[in-house]
Amino acid sequence: MNVLIMGCGRVGARVAAMLDAAGHQVTIMDTNPASFRRLPDSFRGRREVGNGMDGPALEKAGILEADAFMAVTQGDNRNYFASQMAREVYGVKRVLCRIYDPIREKIFSELGLETFSPTSIGAQIMFDMLLGQQEEK
Amino acid sequence: MYILVCGGGKVGFYLAQELLNAKHEVLVIERDPGRAGQIADELSSNILQGDSCEATTLDAAGVARADLICAVTGDDEDNLVICEIARQRGVPRTIARINNPKNEELFKKRGIETTVSATQVVLAQIEQELPTHDVIPLLQLHSGLEIIEIRIPETSPAAGRSVRDVLLPAESMISLIVDPGGVPRMPSGDTRLNAGDALVVVTRKDSLPMLREVLIGSTHGMDT
Repeated sequence: MNVLIMGCGRVGARVAAMLDAAGHQVTIMDTNPASFRRLPDSFRGRREVGNGMDGPALEKAGILEADAFMAVTQGDNRNYFASQMAREVYGVKRVLCRIYDPIREKIFSELGLETFSPTSIGAQIMFDMLLGQQEEK
Repeated sequence: MYILVCGGGKVGFYLAQELLNAKHEVLVIERDPGRAGQIADELSSNILQGDSCEATTLDAAGVARADLICAVTGDDEDNLVICEIARQRGVPRTIARINNPKNEELFKKRGIETTVSATQVVLAQIEQELPTHDVIPLLQLHSGLEIIEIRIPETSPAAGRSVRDVLLPAESMISLIVDPGGVPRMPSGDTRLNAGDALVVVTRKDSLPMLREVLIGSTHGMDT
């Protein structure tokens, strides 16, 4: 699969490395070239400096050939905006979008995006961990 | 009308002031507490401090009974999100400010038809002022139609021919001809097009290249 990832933070770098190791063609973009330090030395994919909300930058990063797009910058609205660009303007088939705010995440998923909220997921895991611990005592 | 203005920068502030003068009920939502305090002093507290991209803030502002929401922050992604949440909350009309004119397409695809781009307005103004341009955009209509002005050059394949004999692209119409003496005329099929005439044409944006070819000929000059 040809995957374009926007945002080379901890999650972006990690999922990029995982996909690359699994034999997929990966391009990762970030506005700050220093972010690419988070990628392992073994990463064979492309690193593109650019803003994923900018059409020409997305095209340079190869969005027209991408089978999937992932938006994992720190900004919920940026992720939403770039995901809709990928979907509505460039017709990318799979678009995954991270939204920290659970309320916005619910609204955006109702609008047809594949979204996930690390806030909800993390809270649920901690909840389960804590209650699990209590039960063992 | 109850109008929510999201973003208390210069655009949001003056917009709210005008709307209040026009006797509308207005609430400005501004994220920055300092700026919000300033606006509270000047707009006699028609202000809510909070992030208008958060549904909870919009709910606190009474978004459900708003007749209109104006998303006028300096960030296009925030303006898109505000309009999307407002629509999901049932606001019948949304107006978005667009900073990067290239983003207009995405707003339209998301069904946010009413967008305002200062950059686009200034660009169009510059094109009107530049005499080297052979196609001058005059007005964009929201149906995707555009009103433009074209000056017929000496080398135009249309020069000397009647309106009827010039094959225009679909949904394009010559609505006015101004001759070099400045006299305006409504054209009929028999009206002859002469070099130096300025034509006011209603057309579709994507028909511009063909229109240029028919009325100007070889594609000299800059792209608009």
